[in-house]
Amino acid sequence: MGNQRSDLLRGHRVRPRNRRATPVLLRGREVAVREVGSAGTEERLGRAGRTGPELPLDRQADGLRDVARWARRLAVRRAHATGQGHIGGEFSVVDILVTLYCAVMRLPGSAGGPDPDRLILSKGHAAVALYAAMAAAGVLDHSRLRADGGDGLPGHPVKGSAPGIEATTGSLGHGLSLGVGAALGSRMDGSRARTFVVLGDGELQEGSNWEAFMLAAHLRLGNLTAVVDANGLQQGGRVSTTNGIEPLEDKMRAFGWCCSTVDGHDFEAMLGTLTLSPGTESRQPRVVVARTTKGYGVSFMADDPSWHHRIPTDDELVRALGELDG
Amino acid sequence: MTNWSARWGSSMAEPRVAVGGPDDVAEQPSNCRDAWSLALEAAAARDDRVVVLVNDSIGSAGLEGFSRRFPERVIDVGIAEQNMVSVAAGLATTGRTVFVSSAASFLTGRALEQIKVDVAYTRANVKLIGQSPGVGYGPLGSTHHAIEDISWMSALPAVPVVAPSNPAETASAVAWAAGWAGCVYIRVPRRLYGTPSTSPETFTFGRATVAREGPDITLVATGAITGLVTEAAELLATEGIDARVLLMSTIKPLDPGPLLDAALGRAGIVTVEDGLVTGLGASVAAFLSEHLPTPMRRIGFHDAFAGTGDDHTLLERAGISVAGIAAAARSLMARPLPPTPCTSACGFRVAEVQGG
Repeated sequence: MGNQRSDLLRGHRVRPRNRRATPVLLRGREVAVREVGSAGTEERLGRAGRTGPELPLDRQADGLRDVARWARRLAVRRAHATGQGHIGGEFSVVDILVTLYCAVMRLPGSAGGPDPDRLILSKGHAAVALYAAMAAAGVLDHSRLRADGGDGLPGHPVKGSAPGIEATTGSLGHGLSLGVGAALGSRMDGSRARTFVVLGDGELQEGSNWEAFMLAAHLRLGNLTAVVDANGLQQGGRVSTTNGIEPLEDKMRAFGWCCSTVDGHDFEAMLGTLTLSPGTESRQPRVVVARTTKGYGVSFMADDPSWHHRIPTDDELVRALGELDG
Repeated sequence: MTNWSARWGSSMAEPRVAVGGPDDVAEQPSNCRDAWSLALEAAAARDDRVVVLVNDSIGSAGLEGFSRRFPERVIDVGIAEQNMVSVAAGLATTGRTVFVSSAASFLTGRALEQIKVDVAYTRANVKLIGQSPGVGYGPLGSTHHAIEDISWMSALPAVPVVAPSNPAETASAVAWAAGWAGCVYIRVPRRLYGTPSTSPETFTFGRATVAREGPDITLVATGAITGLVTEAAELLATEGIDARVLLMSTIKPLDPGPLLDAALGRAGIVTVEDGLVTGLGASVAAFLSEHLPTPMRRIGFHDAFAGTGDDHTLLERAGISVAGIAAAARSLMARPLPPTPCTSACGFRVAEVQGG
């Protein structure tokens, strides 16, 4: 299997959906899913998701979907309770984060060995999606998360505020550069650790990203994977009408990256693509353009830029939770 | 006594006495840039976690020798300062001691937000080395000058600001930084002005040095222009004005005791810097206005770019000269108002200062 992966990567033509490669990096563990009550008390949430390499892709995808649904419920309740949040971007990126944390990354203490992977959420405004994915994967203490925001976790990730938060983000255009540094350090150490950076597409309007794209390819950082949450929207409207970044895949390839595209809400597709992330044997950084929908999962939030940081009313909360009820 | 752990973060060690420094270097460098690069080489030889990032500036940072000896530990990111600083912070997360060297103007200006967020806010183990600060690049113009850097770096929480004044002190400061578990901004002068001094030979973080004793007035100097200040003191002495010269090698945090001591019983304080007076001058003024209001003159650039020309000319035009410093001292001496000790509960008890 390892040879097959190497062959695929050497040719820079990764077709995971056709190959149906066994996702060798999946973590065999049950993902605990509990809902956190608005008063901070834990309430049981229906089903527990389950994922693991022993399961077929569709069963794994079912487990991840349950986790992501729980994460969306947490995000919308938390925004309602605290009056702050970025629901739209959290709903577009949460499926990516859940897939990475619960099925792709080698985490501390897992069977992955002594060199755990790291993830940097460059679009830091989707912090609650990050916290939820980390909690589901057991990186963050699940009991700490509170839907009322009383857990002290900041609105944008701050390194050191909780175990496993690798970077301080919130100002856009920093995460990829930080990831380049981390990946370079891992390589200098001879470590197997891989670095994942999750960015927004609007964020790519920040020029520092392109400095980092250039350097990563120049340094041949095969242990670096960027995932672009390409939801097509930014705070003020559409990316295409603000300062368009397409054709994104062509740009990525022109910058020397191995690039593939995936539906960022299709768990089976993401499992196939992301579990093929290069190991340290690769000499080319890899970017996955995940085509997503901002506000995905709730009909009246989907693809509506106002939900970038709009807070749901009481009625909207009930309707959203109704649509997210598993 | 400053509580360093509380001020700069619990993860940071107490300031250490300089390890290594000039003694580690076989030959004594004659300029600060060579002193910096040789000290970095010595630090890298002691500790394989030491790496340096440059922005197409191996030559202008004097790192040719370092890159020959440790080629794998020089990362040239090209002309991309924002990326350079963030990459440095990312590298620091893998347990490295990361130096970043660039012309001070581009490092502090172009990458200011990266320094704020990725280095200062994150308390990354990154050492920012500003080459050729002030008007060191004279004729190249204000795009290349860094007269704002002390002000900008001083404004950032948890970023110490260091400005050595001679090659030995530069080497010592770099050796200290390599062992300091946090970020710091160090100015490395391109050229020194006025009569060069070999003192101090070692840098001690957070400590000011009395370079000359004198009871009448205090001249506070930092970095490359220290020689001008000591010359001005000698000129004033011929006129019967005996000035103390206080060398602020650490601009942030200021060393409070010597400042209060320097203000007490004297006609006032003149600060001198090769940058905007919103740097050292403003820091000293802000401190004294709270604890011991003192008549002051701030010599440096006052809300103006330096322009283009020979660096000596640019400094002189702004009054950063022996004559300019002496004139400022004389004007203070002509004032009738002596400083009055603060009687409020300000935390710095004058009696302690007076009692030594």
